[in-house]
Amino acid sequence: MARDTTGTTAAALEARAEGVGGVRLLFRGALDAGAVARLWPEATRRARGAAPLTLDLGGVTALDTAGAVLLLRLEREAGGARWQGLATEGPSRAVLERTRRALEAPSPAAPAGDDLPWVGRIGRATVRRGGGTLDQIAFLGEALVAGAGAVRRPWRLRFGETLRHLDEAGLRAFGLVVLLGFLIGLILAFQSSVSLRRFGAEYYIPNLVGISLLRELGPLMAAVVLAGRTGSAFAAELGTMRVNEEVDALRIMGIDPIAWLVLPRVLAAILVMPVLALLMDLSGLLGMGVVMLSLGYVPAGIAGQLQYALRLWDLWGGLWKAAAFGLSIGLIGCRAGLNAGGGPRAVGDAATGAVVGGIVSIVVLDGAFAVVFYRLGW
Amino acid sequence: MTVADETVIRVTDLAARFDGRTVFERVGFEVRRGEVFVILGGSGSGKSTLLKHIIGLYPPAEGRIEILGEDMAALEGDARRALLRRIGVMWQSGALFGSLTLEGNVEVPLEEHTSLPGEARALVARAKLGLVGLADAAARLPAEISGGMAKRAGIARAMALDPPILFLDEPSAGLDPVTSAGLDALIKQIARDLGTTFVVVTHELQSILAIGDRCIMLDKAARGLIAEGDPRRLRDESTNPTVRAFFRREAPPDGAAATAGGA
Repeated sequence: MARDTTGTTAAALEARAEGVGGVRLLFRGALDAGAVARLWPEATRRARGAAPLTLDLGGVTALDTAGAVLLLRLEREAGGARWQGLATEGPSRAVLERTRRALEAPSPAAPAGDDLPWVGRIGRATVRRGGGTLDQIAFLGEALVAGAGAVRRPWRLRFGETLRHLDEAGLRAFGLVVLLGFLIGLILAFQSSVSLRRFGAEYYIPNLVGISLLRELGPLMAAVVLAGRTGSAFAAELGTMRVNEEVDALRIMGIDPIAWLVLPRVLAAILVMPVLALLMDLSGLLGMGVVMLSLGYVPAGIAGQLQYALRLWDLWGGLWKAAAFGLSIGLIGCRAGLNAGGGPRAVGDAATGAVVGGIVSIVVLDGAFAVVFYRLGW
Repeated sequence: MTVADETVIRVTDLAARFDGRTVFERVGFEVRRGEVFVILGGSGSGKSTLLKHIIGLYPPAEGRIEILGEDMAALEGDARRALLRRIGVMWQSGALFGSLTLEGNVEVPLEEHTSLPGEARALVARAKLGLVGLADAAARLPAEISGGMAKRAGIARAMALDPPILFLDEPSAGLDPVTSAGLDALIKQIARDLGTTFVVVTHELQSILAIGDRCIMLDKAARGLIAEGDPRRLRDESTNPTVRAFFRREAPPDGAAATAGGA
């Protein structure tokens, strides 16, 4: 007869071979979660293929759910067991029977559709994506209708709310935009000076930095700031409102959530973006000026070169573009929030979606603007 | 002292104050092993605040709270963790973790406090969910279940480590009468079968009378306890006007500043 023991004095397992292929597992002490964690591998190994398996619980002083789970698992492992030493009445028996009943309850059915072949899965993903695109178009349509309504009846627009968002998206971002613009102008000027010096063309740094800032970098960087600061805030705020059923409450009160929640935010984003882009342009030119001064150029020379290189349209084009970026970021942020699912994770997902979607959209829009401006000869 | 009379929670002269505002003071009572103990009172009387003091979330402004013979406020580190293992709390909103399935939610305390292998954790979690009748919802996320299911899942999570004491904050708030009665039956069943001690905060009259072995009543105006005893006897015999109004669902008596010791 083979015999060995595992465990500490608190709870112990002893395994004995019985007859041909039979195993007797003797448990002693309190069979709680700590003991089960220790005894689990040994006990399941001993019980595997045992015929018959005898579970001897004569020495068990207490049994909790984890203990009951272990015993039932052993019974299943051996395809049945003889139980010994367990009182027909009492707390241990009650725990065991309750756990047995609970584990016998039907398990959750596998979600339908997971057994599709890969072609089917691609098809399903495509249909879902198509549905998402349709939703986006529908949202754009709703926003357009609400916008047209606001043009017809401007007094219905919530000006106080729009001002609050102008303040949050604009005024409070000024410091960040000035700092970023200054540094970008500084870095651009410094890096281009390294290359241009070889050709003795440092004098053209204002042309290069001025044009790239006014036409591209100023609006683009301002839009990245807006997407990161404001687009995500729109999504988180509206997402939380959605989770708290505030959006449903608005609908039930007969108030269009697009007109009530989305329009003020999108309007604020459109209005604030040209200002942020202009601020970014000016602080970038200031940064460039600092580098030029350090290279020995006089302020009048730098200004003259800028005046020669830049046309007013470079600025106007950039500012229009900025307004379009604001529209796109505002719409994407609000849509992400209003489409948020349930639970705290949904709000986080909405904020992430707003930032990623916003940045992708401004880059795509920027490309479109480049083509249009080129065709128009601007 | 027999096992049935053993005191598992002892609160002595407890006072709760926030920014100089007293919620209650001179609160003292004992909870015995295996009973369903109800803390009742109107809105704003400090029921949930008392619960949060007992489970150690708020430090007492005055007084002492002992759970299973230990002073929660004085414990730190591993000793505190060991005591926290022995209590379970079901929160008013369920407080289930939104990013985890129900099974994942029940597994959290098992993962944190035991070294059970993954299979055993999953089985224990399923057993707990089966116990509260949620076996078929184990794979669902909290956002996908109803309020009643969230409460039951909250109880399953609170019971994950088979704690001897369970605290329930407003278990029947926001539930329909049938679901609420089902939850009451579940509480009684667990108390009877597993010998678990329950401390239940509620103001639902039917629940109080259905499950409560003993109760205390807090009152906003009195800033403390105004009654203690068997809820059915309080309903029938109390002479305190606030207690009587509560049990009869009447408007409070004029100048409801009830005095203590009405029962």
